[in-house]
Formats: sequence, structure tokens, C-alpha cells
Amino acid sequence: MDQYAFRVENLHRTYYMKGETVHALRGVSFDVRNGEYIAIMGPSGSGKSTLLNVLGCLDRPTQGKYLLAGQDVAQINDYQLSRIRGQRIGFVFQSYNLLQQLNVVENIKVPLQYQGLIGRDANAKCRELAELVGLGSRLYHRPTELSGGQQQRVAIARSLVNDPYFVLADEATGNLDSKTTEEVLDLFESLNQNGKTIVMITHEDEVAERAKRVIRLRDGMIESDELNR
Amino acid sequence: MIAQFFQTVDLGIKSLLVQKMRAGLAALGIFIGTSTVIWLVAMGEGVSYRAQQQILELGAKNVIVRTKQPNEGSEEDASSRVKTYGLLRADYRRIVENIPNIRRAIPMRELKFELRLDDRTADTKLVGCTEEYLELNRLEIARGRWLANRDRGEKVIVLAAETARRLFPYENPIGRAIWVGSEFYTVIGQTKDRTASAAIGGSLDSRDYNLDAYIPIKTLRQRVGDLVMKRVGGGRGFNFVGEDVELSQITVEVNRIEEVDETAQIIETLLKKFHEEEDYAVVVPRELLRQAERTRTMFNVLLVVIAGISLLVGGIGIMNIMLATVTERTREIGVRRALGAARSDIIGQFLTETVVLTASGGLAGVLFGLSVGPIFRFIKQAVTAISPDALPPIVHQLEPRIALWSVLLSLGISLGVGVLFGVYPARKAAYLDPIEALRHE
Ligand SMILES: Nc1ncnc2c1ncn2[C@@H]1O[C@H](COP(=O)(O)OP(=O)(O)OP(=O)(O)O)[C@@H](O)[C@H]1O
Ligand SMILES: [Mg+2]
Repeated sequence: MDQYAFRVENLHRTYYMKGETVHALRGVSFDVRNGEYIAIMGPSGSGKSTLLNVLGCLDRPTQGKYLLAGQDVAQINDYQLSRIRGQRIGFVFQSYNLLQQLNVVENIKVPLQYQGLIGRDANAKCRELAELVGLGSRLYHRPTELSGGQQQRVAIARSLVNDPYFVLADEATGNLDSKTTEEVLDLFESLNQNGKTIVMITHEDEVAERAKRVIRLRDGMIESDELNR
Repeated sequence: MIAQFFQTVDLGIKSLLVQKMRAGLAALGIFIGTSTVIWLVAMGEGVSYRAQQQILELGAKNVIVRTKQPNEGSEEDASSRVKTYGLLRADYRRIVENIPNIRRAIPMRELKFELRLDDRTADTKLVGCTEEYLELNRLEIARGRWLANRDRGEKVIVLAAETARRLFPYENPIGRAIWVGSEFYTVIGQTKDRTASAAIGGSLDSRDYNLDAYIPIKTLRQRVGDLVMKRVGGGRGFNFVGEDVELSQITVEVNRIEEVDETAQIIETLLKKFHEEEDYAVVVPRELLRQAERTRTMFNVLLVVIAGISLLVGGIGIMNIMLATVTERTREIGVRRALGAARSDIIGQFLTETVVLTASGGLAGVLFGLSVGPIFRFIKQAVTAISPDALPPIVHQLEPRIALWSVLLSLGISLGVGVLFGVYPARKAAYLDPIEALRHE
């Protein structure tokens, strides 16, 4: 196995709109090893979300390389991008983004369905993950019946279900109060201790402090990239 | 594969149940469309089935030649009170002698006649006929016996059910004598009740067999005669008119069904030579059958067009709902895309949802459509119970007949509508930009 979860080289992302060009990313390069816990920080408009979209294979860079497990996925087609998202990346969003018509177990199972992994094994795995994030007693509740912290736990369980190369979290604690933020961060930390690679975008210093490494962006470029403490 | 399919269908149902009212209303259009098709086709089939049965009773191998009153011609002498017209016994002979391939020809004369017994009377249709008449008209004997060869010229009579009831409300009529005009006739038999056959396409009059009385045609000719006088209106003077008719009908049966049309033509040509006026009509039941078949096909085509339009309207409603759903669930689409759904998965999801919607509407419509028999009967009974004369007799006789093709067609169309009108919203969903979709509020 590759020791890198992924590597990016000289990423550019330029938006063209009505004759105006916006350089959201201009030459971002860094490597992430397996088992790292990275926080990406930066002021508003610095390109954090743009970078996350590229890393999450939701968007393609205008220029540059994106190596996932040694394979360059920078310019592959929509179908292949979908497959990679489903098999190799776990997403955690700021606003949880659970599906309202499904219960906890079903929500966790969604990524597996798109890989055709359904059946008893899949269900068992989803229940296991629900227990791992502390929702063993809420397996068949709907999202509306859960608190924000609980919903985010479900989302984290969902991001893990496909055994991704890394988990991408975009302001994952942005909607939570400080106590539940702590709990969620504890969860991320324990996941990381068990070997999960985590990339987290955040505004908050307290959140970034919990990560092992912090990358700061400014105007679409890396301003600093240093290990915590 | 199959498990995946069920998973998708399950998801479709779950998503639809989020907006039960909306889904229900959208499916209602399809429900109404499909059940209407099945109902209307069943009614139409019921009507045409009855018509066919009646035509078949006339006999597919028969050519029926009937006397009819000539149109009030200009040369008609207004002062002549007795009209002479119709088929002649000579016509009968000519037909029998000149047409080679007929199996038999059966003459018949019928006229309105009052039968009497003591103070009881019955306004009957007195039918002079031969032995074959019973079988030809599917009559059945209830008591006694039918006319036989040896009865020719004799004063014997067979009463129909209702005629017998009027003259002999309490007694057994067999062996009794009744007045036919100024002579006594012996009752030798009585026929069973027989439902009236309705008029078919205006070509044959409706015929109620229950107020008949049958005597040998020879007896009728010898003892009653061809001339019948009838009182008309009131006022002073001589208020009678008369009809002088020899035969009311000749039923010609041919050997093979293919010979019917040609035989009918020959008969027509033959009769034309001897009749100045059109005082007869040649009816070919087989031709009536073909006409009925054409009418039925046209009716069905019309129905399918109407059904198509109503399902089209239903389909547009469905598309509208699905477009709203897609917009509303943009965020969900973004999330699913992020979690690994390819465009084809999203298309599959929304298409399945649309098809589940239309199929459930269609299925419910089919079930409702299949219950047309009991429901129709119930409505008939209910209306009759409230006001007995509200429904015309044709409705009473109507029994809806469900056509398999209408069930399959409406189910197929409702699925087709789902696919047809689901593709656009589904594609719209699939081609959303996942990043935009995720940002959507
Ligand atoms: N779809 C787009 N079209 C045009 N310009 C865009 C688009 N998305 C982002 N940008 C621009 O790219 C730059 C970087 O935006 P991005 O959303 O990555 O910033 P961010 O670091 O996530 O900011 P925030 O912290 O406010 O979320 C901004 O100048 C933004 O206006
Ligand atoms: Mg952002």
C-alpha cells in the first residue's frame, strides 16, 4: 500500500464568469500520509471550500495533479469521479445532510447502496458503526428525532461505512454548541487514533488545535503548513 | 440486481410517503384515467355483447325477409282504406323453387289479435307458423306440446306464458277451448317465459314473445284470412282501416355461412321483379354482426383516444409534481452525489419514484375498474330502489364485461406515462452540479 492517503501537486482552480476570472486556487501542493489528522484554515474567500471540492472529487482542478493512492484523478469523467467518491472518500458536512426519509441505519447505508453492497453484512456493519458513534439505542430513529450532535454522529458513521482512504469534514462542528463540538472532536480523535486519515476544514482555532497538522490558505495559496505543538 | 431493484423501489415509496397528500393527488389523475378506460370499455363490451347475442339468435346462416309497410307513396289512394302490401305466398314459393342452396325457408304471418275466454281477453300477437318456428326462435315448451305436422289446418293453439296467464290465471289451459275471433280453438301447449330481444340497429323491431299465440299457418290463412281490420280514432262514420298482408316474414336458412350474402342478393333480385314498391326488407344477421363489430371497434378506438388524453393530462400532472420534488430535494441529490451516486443512479431513483407513483395509481385504477360488475349492479339496485322507473330498460339489461386488453392497456399506459414523464425531471436531477446542489438551501 501507498503510504500516502493522497497527494496534490500545483493545483489550480480558476472560475470564469462573465468575462471575469477568479483564481480560487493557484498552485497548492501538499501530501497527506495515512493516519494524519489535518485542519485546513484560512480567511473567508481563501479557497478552502474550493480545495475541499477538488479533494472530494466533486470538482476537477483547472490544472495540476491529484494523486489518490498513486492514481491521478484530476481529469477523469463524471462517472469515475462518482465511483471514487463512493469508494474512497468519506464526507462530513457542516449541516449534517442526513436524508430525512431514512432512519439512522438506512442513512449510514446510503454509500454502500451505490456500490451495490446491500444485504445482511451491510446492515450489520451499519449497526456496528451506529454503536461506535454512540447511537446503538437510536438505530431506527429518523433524523428529525435526533439532536444536532447526534445527527452529526450519524453523518460521521456514514462517512466511515465505505472504509474510505480519508474523511473530509467541512466545518463539521460549525453548527454545534461547544459541548457537542467537544464530543464530536473526541470522536474524530479516537477515529484518528484507530488509523483514520482526517482532513477537516475549520474557522475555529479550538477545532484546529485538536488536529496534528494545520495548513493555512490565503488567496488560493498555502500560507503555512505546520505540525501542531 | 433484484435486491438493488427492491431497494430502489423501497426508497421511491419512502420518498413519496414524505408528501402523502401530494403523491396521492398526483396518482389520482392516473387512477381516474385507468379506471375510466376499464369501466367504459366494459360497458361498451357489455352492450356489444348483448347485441351480438341477439344477432346470433337470429341465426348467422339466416337471411330474414320481412314485410314492411311501404313509404306513404304519392300514388297511395287516400280513400282506399285497405292497404295491400308485403310478402306473398307466391314469393315464398319462388324462393323455395328458384334458389338452389337453401336448407329451408320458413314462412310466418303475425297480426294483432284479441283472444277471448268468457270475460277475459288478451291482446296478443297471433302468429301463424310452421313446426320449425319453435326451434328457430329458441322457444321452449312449458306445458303440453308444440304444433305438429298433423295440426295443419286444425283449430289448435299454443299460448305464450303471459297470454296464458291473462286467459287462465288459475287453471291449466291445456285442453281448454278459447275464442279466436268467432271460432273455438283448443289449447294444446304453453311456452316458457322468454326475454324480449331488443331492436337491433333499427333493422328489426324489438320482439316480445310473451304475449304471443301460435296457430298453424294454414289454419290462419283458411280461417282468419289475410285481411285484418282495425278501428282507428273515434268520431262518426266508418272508422276502420285494413291491412291485407299474406306473409309477415320468411326466414331462409342456407347450408353454409359463406353463402349468406349471395343468397340475400339473389332473394333481393328475385323479389324486386315482383314488387313495385319496397314493401319488404332483406335482413342479413351476419351483416348486422359485422356492423356491430365495426361500431364496437370505433367505440373502442374513441375510448382509447379519450383515455390517452386523460392519461396525458395525468402524466403532465405527474411531471409537474416530480419537477417540484426535484427542486425541493436538490440538497438530497447533492448529498447522494457526494456519497457516490452516479448520474445514472439519480436517474434511476427519480424514474423509479415516478413509475411507482403512476403504477400505484394505475394499479388502484385497475382494481377499481375490475370491480365494475359489483359496483354497477349495486348502483342499479340502489337507483331502482329509490325510483323504480328511473333507469331505461337497456341499462337494466346491461352487464359490463371487462376486456382483458383494456386492463393490460391501461396498466401499460400508466407505466409508460411514468417513464415518459419521469425522464425529464430525473435527467434534470441527475445533471445538477453536485457542488451547487449541496449548497442549495
Ligand atoms: N462557483 C463559483 N464561481 C465563481 N467563483 C467562485 C465559485 N466558487 C467560489 N468562487 C470564488 O473562489 C474564491 C474562493 O472561494 P471559496 O468558497 O473556496 O472560499 P472559502 O475559503 O471556502 O471561504 P468561506 O470561508 O467564506 O467559506 C472566492 O473568491 C469565491 O468568490
Ligand atoms: Mg467555504
